[in-house]
Amino acid sequence: MDFSYSREQQMVKKMLKEFAETEIAPYCEELDAEAKYPYDSVAKLGKLGVMGMPFPEELGGAGLDYVTYVMAIEELSKVCGSHGVIVQTHNALCCWPIFTYGTEEQKRKYLPRLLSGEHLGAFGLTEPNAGTDAAMQQTKAVDMGDHWLLNGTKIFISGGGIADVYVIMAMTDKTKGTKGISAFIVEKGTPGFSRGKKENKMGIRASTAAELVFEDCRIPKENLLGDLGKGFKIAMTSLDVGRLGIAAQALGIAQGAFDQTVAYMKQRKQFGRSLDKFQALAFEMANMKTRIDGSRFLLYNAADKRQKGLPSTTEAAQAKLSCSETAMYVTTKAVQFHGGYGYIKDYPVERMMRDAKITEIYEGTSEVMKLVISGDIFK
Amino acid sequence: MKIVVCVKQVPDTTEIKINPETGTLIRDGVPSILNHDDANALEQALQIKDANPDTTVTLITMGPPQAKEMLQECLAMGADEAILLSDRALGGSDTWATSNAIAAGIKKIGDYDLIFAGRQAIDGDTAQVGPQIAEKLDLPQVTYVKDFELNGDIITVHRALEDGYEVLKLKMPCVLTAIKELNKPRYMSISGILKGAKADIKVWSAADIGVDLTTVGLKASPTNVFKSFTPKAKGKGVVVDGDTVKEITNNLLTSLREKHII
Repeated sequence: MDFSYSREQQMVKKMLKEFAETEIAPYCEELDAEAKYPYDSVAKLGKLGVMGMPFPEELGGAGLDYVTYVMAIEELSKVCGSHGVIVQTHNALCCWPIFTYGTEEQKRKYLPRLLSGEHLGAFGLTEPNAGTDAAMQQTKAVDMGDHWLLNGTKIFISGGGIADVYVIMAMTDKTKGTKGISAFIVEKGTPGFSRGKKENKMGIRASTAAELVFEDCRIPKENLLGDLGKGFKIAMTSLDVGRLGIAAQALGIAQGAFDQTVAYMKQRKQFGRSLDKFQALAFEMANMKTRIDGSRFLLYNAADKRQKGLPSTTEAAQAKLSCSETAMYVTTKAVQFHGGYGYIKDYPVERMMRDAKITEIYEGTSEVMKLVISGDIFK
Repeated sequence: MKIVVCVKQVPDTTEIKINPETGTLIRDGVPSILNHDDANALEQALQIKDANPDTTVTLITMGPPQAKEMLQECLAMGADEAILLSDRALGGSDTWATSNAIAAGIKKIGDYDLIFAGRQAIDGDTAQVGPQIAEKLDLPQVTYVKDFELNGDIITVHRALEDGYEVLKLKMPCVLTAIKELNKPRYMSISGILKGAKADIKVWSAADIGVDLTTVGLKASPTNVFKSFTPKAKGKGVVVDGDTVKEITNNLLTSLREKHII
């Protein structure tokens, strides 16, 4: 077992730290306040290879392993959780299923521009009546002979309306339950496909989430992704990869808030001494650091298992559960230790606390993570 | 086109401290970074490569084996190859001895059209090594380059002056030293990092570059550091104010008289 960072990992972390501090940090407050999608910095990240990290270079990817991939998302999320989720959704939920389940033709057609960041990807599973109970899909795809006809609505879609390529789940045979769900590649601009309501979110406000509406949307036959009826499996396995990214995002938010609090405690003086000299606060910081580092080991373990091709569904669920709950705990304490200053928008911990909450909800709630983990214990 | 870029690994000055007893830099635990002006020099070379893909960018530095890390980062930005001059015989060199070694290294590279260096390193602030390399290679040089244009084999540069700039044209081969106004250095890319971390960095000894051992190293260096110290912080200044210029002037004169300065 090697717990030290490789030279590649050190450099990836250094590069993204510099990038996040220079290209993202000065704009975070504005992006959050105005819920603005960060087109400029995402385009720059694409040029650096961040929009196609764990994919082979032959296809235009960066050829990175999964452990370094989660480190990269963590590094961005230390400064801005929105950037973390933008990068992870694109990589794990659009590029990954096309790379894993796509035909050679689909890979050739979509991956080069997705992996270079020229095109952005999104993923559509959630519906108004199909959240955790994802099998309740009401979006339908009907075989019309020479094309598929897609009708229905998806909600809370990260990158909705912004992305160029979507992996969309739809019911192709209702009688078969989850085995009647299929996955489709849908391009922006396809007639009958439009963006609905843009959500006004509590946090990660620079990452747009929107409703997707399909009204008699004609999908070419060749855009079925994977086999007919395999959509649920495609979605669940993509979410396994996604959970690594969300765990990394949560971990980054926690570490970012922690670092801000360390700096604040050293300079803020009350009763004639700086806050770090108050043992009650310093001891709580010790707890926070220990939980952050523990979560990090769970995450790197899950990423390492995936990299080695070992089963990692439970490990990814453990990582997401631990990282997201740590993010909520740490950011709440970070606001508390900043006192009144933590509650106003002059310090980033206020935004970080709002950003953290979603990590306990999306790509499987904490409750679903416990289902996965307990299911593995008592199998 | 073949470009050589001289780069240096320096301690991160935002983290630096001086031992008050010995007057020397405390280097332990201080992270090393690519010298800022050198990053601008490298960026200009890489921009030439972007426009002319058959260009090769070769890095050269002198330093301890740890300097490989900085070279890896320069390769990750897009440079093609890297050479590290590393030898105990070269240790302790001042600017004169350093430029002897680097000029010898560049002579060994042999084939080059253009040499870039940063204006100066943030640890010594001498701005001497770049110009000395040019002299020792008998090449024309322009320092303080803030704008660069290449047309055929004619280079047009803007050389920053205290109160403006001068426009100079020169032919290759030549030596140019870059300042931060020249460009914004790029980030390492992920594919660059994967290549850079695995790259074979050539390490050349004093013998490899055939440098005269009486012209390199601590003993050969004519510079002696007498003393290094952290300047004492000056006391707070006084702001003389008033509602009108006349009043401010009167207040200033009054306080100068009180102190018997005038």
